[in-house]
Amino acid sequence: MIASSPALQHDIVPSSSRRARISSIGSRAFLLEAPGEFDLASQRRIWALAGTLRGWEDLAEIVPGMTNLLAILRQTPEDPDVIVARLRDAWEGAQSIDLHGRMIEIAVHYGGEHATDLPAICDLSGLSDREVVRIHHEATYRVFALGSAPGFGYLHGLDPRIYVPRKTVPSLKMAKGCVTIGGMQTGVAVLTGPNGWNSIGFAELQMFDPFSPTPAIMAPGDTVRFVPQRIEL
Amino acid sequence: MIEIIKTGPFNTVQDLGRPGYRDIGVTASGAMDPLAVKVGNTLLGNDEGAAVIEVQTFPFQLRFSSKAVFTMTGADCRASLDRMELLPWCTYAAEAGQVLELGHPRTLTRAYICILGGIDVPPVMGSRSTSLRGGFGGAAGRFLVEGDVLDLCAAGEADLPENGLAVVDPAFALVDTFPVSSDGELLIRAIPAGEHELFGQDAERFWAQTWKISTQSDRTGYRLSGDPIKPLKPVEMRSHGVVPGVIQVPPGGEPIVQMSDANTAGGYPKIAGVIEADLWRLGQARIGSRLRFVRTTHPEALAAEREITKYLDDVRMTSQMVKRALKAMA
Repeated sequence: MIASSPALQHDIVPSSSRRARISSIGSRAFLLEAPGEFDLASQRRIWALAGTLRGWEDLAEIVPGMTNLLAILRQTPEDPDVIVARLRDAWEGAQSIDLHGRMIEIAVHYGGEHATDLPAICDLSGLSDREVVRIHHEATYRVFALGSAPGFGYLHGLDPRIYVPRKTVPSLKMAKGCVTIGGMQTGVAVLTGPNGWNSIGFAELQMFDPFSPTPAIMAPGDTVRFVPQRIEL
Repeated sequence: MIEIIKTGPFNTVQDLGRPGYRDIGVTASGAMDPLAVKVGNTLLGNDEGAAVIEVQTFPFQLRFSSKAVFTMTGADCRASLDRMELLPWCTYAAEAGQVLELGHPRTLTRAYICILGGIDVPPVMGSRSTSLRGGFGGAAGRFLVEGDVLDLCAAGEADLPENGLAVVDPAFALVDTFPVSSDGELLIRAIPAGEHELFGQDAERFWAQTWKISTQSDRTGYRLSGDPIKPLKPVEMRSHGVVPGVIQVPPGGEPIVQMSDANTAGGYPKIAGVIEADLWRLGQARIGSRLRFVRTTHPEALAAEREITKYLDDVRMTSQMVKRALKAMA
């Protein structure tokens, strides 16, 4: 017998269509991916969907990602199509909401020993190191989602002039605190270790404390500004 | 209290993990073989999620500083207590000063030392499991080292038979629940995931071929080696949440299965996801061993989970019955 779920198969459609794409990961997790652009509008609807799903008793975890959301059920469903239909309804009904988060200012030491990828960014963008730093700290960012490492916030709002692809060969031991650019996103490394993003500076702010009642400093919807404390070029 | 006398790296305090924090980037962690932990704890009368020691590098030795009741589940490690041979899946009583020793496992990979009361390390974010990556939980967020002293949580009398109480190894008790191959390869059931169809013909090669668990495998994930599989065209994914069991395919074409210390987010195309009921079997698979993925469905996954629950209920009922009978006789 070829075991497959017809509904799940049919839901694999190009991301350009307006329907959300819903697929499963293993027996209990379902991933909904918003159609359309990687932008604040899509993310606001994901935040709204997360709000709706918080009222579902049968969910163990809700993990918002970058214009997508992973819903983890407490139990493996008998019929996954029922879950897919419920998620689709919730998505169709989700209105855009704006989270009124906090304003977080992060003091940054731009350049210096931790800015290992600044020369490569200058080469790629044709900008001077001073311009790259200025463009980075002049922008205002929104926390789209947390993930990957404890307390790590994916920040949206990077100026397209300094988009830099992730490195094909990651740095093996990038320090916790490095201020980095990965593709269209920026963020502050929360763990020392292998990292494929590009470092342009360093921040002292502690992003995560497992012993605090609210372990992560950032939350989705927060606004982030990088404040140059020192620029060492 | 217990004292660690001999240990290799990567042996940690674990429980059933700290799910619920993936939305702030925190991995669930927890035992690679949660079934072994549940069985061990249930047999002792502990809460099924009491903290235990996960041993995956051998030999391992600990000394009981006071009387204790314990059991070892998971891999059969030719264990001994002051050189007296012990069986896995069976309870024992240790006197103060006795030394428990675990040798290299005969089969499987990870052994669990479950002690009456459970290991008492401070819970962090609702769990005693060690988050090696985050550097918290368990024994100060690191793996156990020689000289470590661990407290045990207070517990009542074990009320266990003097010559121990044993349970049938789930691999035998549940022999009809798990698929077995004729050639000794491990069969792991999985459900196609989001990008399965994008692999075209290679998706069929994913299911048909035998994969080898490479040496680049640990509690975070298993990297499989075999004939690479590629999507029809490069797939660009936005970062999204993942769970243990997700089978991702990086550009090289050799799949990675995320395990207990999985990253909470990922962006590689996903070809399939291992079902909950088979994760512990993968958690016990050896580096260098061979496996095949078997395509399954949600109803079949649910049926397998129900069989496991039935077995665990049976272990609980039987051990409680034995204890009640012993009490009545006393």
